[in-house]
Amino acid sequence: MVPLSYYLVLSGFLFACGVTGFLIKRNIITIFMSIELMLNGVNLSFVAFAAQWHALSGQVFVFFVMVVAAAEAAVGLAIIIAVYRTRETLNVDRVNLLKL
Amino acid sequence: MLHLILFSVFGLICAAAAVNLLVQSHPINSALSLVVVMGSLAVEYLLLGAEFVAAVQVIVYAGAIMVLFVFVIMLLNAGKEERTKGSRVSLFIGIPGVTIGSVLMAWVLITHSGTRSVEAGALPGDPRQIAQLLFHQFLLPFEVTSILVLIAIMGAVVLAARPEALQPTEEKN
Amino acid sequence: MNPNLHLWLIPVLPLIGAAINGLFGRRFSRAAVTSVALLFCGAAFAMALWVVSQFFYLTMPHTEFLAAWIRAGSFQADFAFYLDQLSLVMLLVVTGVGFLIHIYSVGYMWEEGGFYRFFAYMNLFMFFMLTLVLASNYLLMFIGWEGVGLASYLLIGFWFTKDSAASAGKKAFIVNRIGDFGFLIALFLLIQHFGSLDFTTVFQSVAPLSSESSGAGLLTTIALLLLLGACGKSAQIPLYVWLPDAMEGPTPVSALIHAATMVTAGVYMISRSHVIFERAPTALTVVAIIGTLTALFAASIGVVQTDIKKVLAYSTISQLGYMFMACGVAAFSAGIFHLMTHAFFKGLLFLAAGSVIHGLSGEQDMRRMGGLRKKIPWTFWTMTAATFAIAGIFPFAGFFSKDEILWRAYQANWIYWLIGVFTAFLTSFYMFRLWFMTFFGEYRGGLETSQRHQIAADHSGAGAPAPHEHEHGHGGIHESPKVMLIPLVILAVLSVCGGWIGVPGSLGGNNQFDKFLGPVFRSTAPDVNLNHTASGEATQPEKQPEGEEPKTGHGTELIFTGISLAVAFSGLFLAWLFYLRRPLLPQQIAHALGGFYNTVLHKYYVDEIYATLFVKPLVDGSRAVLWHGIDQGVIDAAVDGSADGARDVSDTVRHMQSGNVRSYAGWVAVGAAALIAYMIWVAFR
Repeated sequence: MVPLSYYLVLSGFLFACGVTGFLIKRNIITIFMSIELMLNGVNLSFVAFAAQWHALSGQVFVFFVMVVAAAEAAVGLAIIIAVYRTRETLNVDRVNLLKL
Repeated sequence: MLHLILFSVFGLICAAAAVNLLVQSHPINSALSLVVVMGSLAVEYLLLGAEFVAAVQVIVYAGAIMVLFVFVIMLLNAGKEERTKGSRVSLFIGIPGVTIGSVLMAWVLITHSGTRSVEAGALPGDPRQIAQLLFHQFLLPFEVTSILVLIAIMGAVVLAARPEALQPTEEKN
Repeated sequence: MNPNLHLWLIPVLPLIGAAINGLFGRRFSRAAVTSVALLFCGAAFAMALWVVSQFFYLTMPHTEFLAAWIRAGSFQADFAFYLDQLSLVMLLVVTGVGFLIHIYSVGYMWEEGGFYRFFAYMNLFMFFMLTLVLASNYLLMFIGWEGVGLASYLLIGFWFTKDSAASAGKKAFIVNRIGDFGFLIALFLLIQHFGSLDFTTVFQSVAPLSSESSGAGLLTTIALLLLLGACGKSAQIPLYVWLPDAMEGPTPVSALIHAATMVTAGVYMISRSHVIFERAPTALTVVAIIGTLTALFAASIGVVQTDIKKVLAYSTISQLGYMFMACGVAAFSAGIFHLMTHAFFKGLLFLAAGSVIHGLSGEQDMRRMGGLRKKIPWTFWTMTAATFAIAGIFPFAGFFSKDEILWRAYQANWIYWLIGVFTAFLTSFYMFRLWFMTFFGEYRGGLETSQRHQIAADHSGAGAPAPHEHEHGHGGIHESPKVMLIPLVILAVLSVCGGWIGVPGSLGGNNQFDKFLGPVFRSTAPDVNLNHTASGEATQPEKQPEGEEPKTGHGTELIFTGISLAVAFSGLFLAWLFYLRRPLLPQQIAHALGGFYNTVLHKYYVDEIYATLFVKPLVDGSRAVLWHGIDQGVIDAAVDGSADGARDVSDTVRHMQSGNVRSYAGWVAVGAAALIAYMIWVAFR
């Protein structure tokens, strides 16, 4: 019997790690992976709450989140490839032409 | 009891892998850490009784999306990260921000989530019931996401294609 | 019956002429401009004559309503016109003398640039002056009042490229404005207490009020404020300083505006408001004192001037002082009589002086004139008529009007009479001085009868002539063309005969003028004792209701008449002595008087005093406080500051757009944290 809060703390920790990775990593792909980490954390909290309330729609929602994450990952990586072709770099600090 | 031990073990693995993702400098290492995270999360789902979700997690997330990531890393020959002068904003304002945000959330969740506990296997993971939900109540989102996936496929193909591959074919003489 | 005489046409006709000449005159030939100007001015004169012919069929006072103007609650002011004997006299003077001067100007200004502009302004002036004279309420009169000030400014600064002319125009307008301020406050008081500015209404409301014996009542205040306005317009102390400077304008302007018509507007206004003044004896006394002092003061300055126009300018101020003196002793018709004769002889003096200047190709300094009477005979004879008229020599026009004023002044207070007589002596002296210096003796100037293109522009003197004034080298001294001489002759005839309608009873006449104006001034005079004797005198106060000649006292009057004549002739003799017989005498006397002479020569330093007391502090204060302090420091700074502030703020904020994805992420994280904190706070409140 695990208290719900443990699951939620784990979920929050994963989410915080994802945000931190987004902030401190320089490789675009790694940043994307941090985003996936955030989504995973959210998924965990969805399922945990669904288990508490005995509601199946939580699981279905996780399903949809995963579909969207997949689509987003596909398109995002395609964009990364296109950016790499033009800028020759994967360092996000070098992709800074849009500044004032 | 067993529930708690299993949760702790896989929870720790999950957290350690997440931290490892941040610490590693080569993206491939980060990708592999992420796979470990997803795997351990699948076990957590199983503990909660969501077998379908656990299976989908492994098949789709770890099996397809992460493969895609690794594929792109290898395609682009991404090497170690170089140290570039980053953004001061992100370091000095962002990190404290996220820390504060997560601390607040954690505090709220811990103090107000009640004393209820979750039993192992609490969810009825019967795929049949999930299918019922999916094709009856959530039919519209289901169809919309299928279109979304279609668009994502087309977008990815177009974006990642080589420029010359997108030119109209030249006149064959 | 009250026929409609379409009085409104009289002012409007010159306005049409002004509009045509002003808008299109640039393309017209001189002949066309002349025709337009003379046509419309002459039409106004013709209409005035026609009004005279209809006059005796009218009931008095005759008002005509043209259009509604202001209807604000209970206050009402309309475009309406008012005709009574006083207006008729003024109307004839303004249109008649104005028309003659227009004719004269054709010749005088023929060679000048801006010909069409001149006549547009002159016609505009006629419009405003006629509005002033014919108005039936104070507000319409004020429009005319302001408008003649404007026309005066435009015409004084006619040669605006010349600094002194432009400054003179400004000075005239600004000093006038100070007077107008008083006029306006008086109008406000009238509105507040009588609810109307219409002459008929106001005078009917004021008439039942009793005379204010103490100083500070309502009517006294109104009267004093009206007096301030009149001082500005009619160049009395303390607001006379603009008139000598106004001689920068062309001579016909000086004749029309600053001798015959505009400066008399103040006298007209006081006479029109006599109902108010008669009930404020303190104000009347102030009027008389100001008039007397101004007359003396200006005459003393006129004695030492060397520029022919400046002499005439100070003479105008002095004669206006006489008119004010007359009004101040409630001898309003005497004041108007003098106004009329003054218009004739002063207008003639200026025009003749212009003729002299024209004949000498621009010379205005009398020290360089002399012996001209053989060379420009017509000018000489007409000017002689005018000089004798202004000196008050029988039987010329000025004699009768001035004498009547002096007699009425004596009946109020002998001091007025004494100063008036001394001023008459000075007047005679300086006018004959002018006469002798200009026309007699040896010619002292540079021009010869042979070809000589000496232009007087580089001569210094009390009044350097405008470089534009007649720089044509006709060569030598020549008589003016007929178009200039005919008005001179007509005015000379009027100067001789003009006084004969006011011959007093003591000399066997009937004083028709006084009788004519009688109904205007008699019907509303209160029962007031005008005799302010300094000490208990034996002479009984003689109530002098207007329009009636006393059957007694002819003997005294004849004695005084004799004294006036003697004074005039002594002025003539003295001038002959000083300027013909022993021409070195003036220099010796000037040396002997030393400092006093210098003070008078510098016009008692009044201009300098005003400059130090009023002008300089005002200009400095405006520059320091209003310009640098408020305009630049506050208003400009606010506008610029807000622009700068916006720019600085955006300059700071734009650093957010660094193009660096990670910094954007940082901002997102901060924003998210803030939102979460806010939601938690809301939830737990």
